[in-house]
Amino acid sequence: MTIQLNVKDLGQQIRDRFPDAVVDDGGEALVVNPNALSYVARHCFEEPDLAFDFLVGITGVDYIDHFELVYHLVSIKHNHSVVLKANTDSRESPSVPSVTGIWEGAVLQEREVYDLMGIAFEGHPDLKRILLWEGFPGHPHRKNFTTA
Amino acid sequence: MQNNKSNLPILGTSIDVQALDLAEGEEVNALKAASQFPNPDPVIEVPADLKRNILVTSVDYILNWGRRNAVWPLTFGLACCSFEMIGAAMARYDIARFGAEAFRATPRQADLMIVAGTLTWKMAVPVKRIYEQMADPKWVISMGVCATSGGPYYESYSVVPGVNRIVPVDVYVPGCPPRPDALLYGLMQLQEKIKKYSIVKAKS
Repeated sequence: MTIQLNVKDLGQQIRDRFPDAVVDDGGEALVVNPNALSYVARHCFEEPDLAFDFLVGITGVDYIDHFELVYHLVSIKHNHSVVLKANTDSRESPSVPSVTGIWEGAVLQEREVYDLMGIAFEGHPDLKRILLWEGFPGHPHRKNFTTA
Repeated sequence: MQNNKSNLPILGTSIDVQALDLAEGEEVNALKAASQFPNPDPVIEVPADLKRNILVTSVDYILNWGRRNAVWPLTFGLACCSFEMIGAAMARYDIARFGAEAFRATPRQADLMIVAGTLTWKMAVPVKRIYEQMADPKWVISMGVCATSGGPYYESYSVVPGVNRIVPVDVYVPGCPPRPDALLYGLMQLQEKIKKYSIVKAKS
């Protein structure tokens, strides 16, 4: 198993470098501002003490009034891990910056979240449906989705 | 939807990926709209006036004997049921005892399509195409509850509620997944069905 990083320490480190980036560091996951997500992710990837070189997965969660994105990060070099979270502002046109420039494996993950949850990732090189077909009505993993 | 017009170089040419995706989506939606009701199961009935026809029944007997003892299935697995199908072909269960060991890699040489696994609407288009590419006479076994009725994915947004919406099904094998024994029993039931075929009356 990997060692869980202390969220408060990481939150303080990120707050020192990017003010206004951290929303909440009191829980088990570090909640960051979606606008600062790409900077925080870049920091986690490039900082030698963090060196999160592996993105395990991206999860989208529907909380009715907003969406939440969960990024599980692991450093193979240091054998530690952390969970990043970002809440989208609205439900109507949810959008967060893409992390495909940092972790190449995010390309398919973000396409799946876009396909099933309808969250747009700005800067994704090829954002289109991956599991369902073009012309499918709606995004089926949203809570308000109903089959005909 | 930033960069959907990317061209993918294949074999020296470039194709419009977005146009391909849209065409695929239209095909899937058209098939879904056309497949709202199940196909009737093929029922083999010998007309009464032909039952005493010695010549035809003798030819039928020879033909059906050959057909039912050399049912070549298609190498075709959709999900976990296909591993039970593979298990049925291996030494322990040995589908060769029923003359069906020759899994063909092309539909043009196959007689039997075992729909083994969950069928999604996106995969339904290739399934229909493969079925139409098979030469007559051809049979279909629906293996597992997913292929039979959608199973645990019944009323899902992406799963076909029964492969009989797409192609006519001769034998349904229940189970999740069915054991290789069950598939072999389904094959034996299909052989019983093939016995009743007649060259005078085309496959209904």
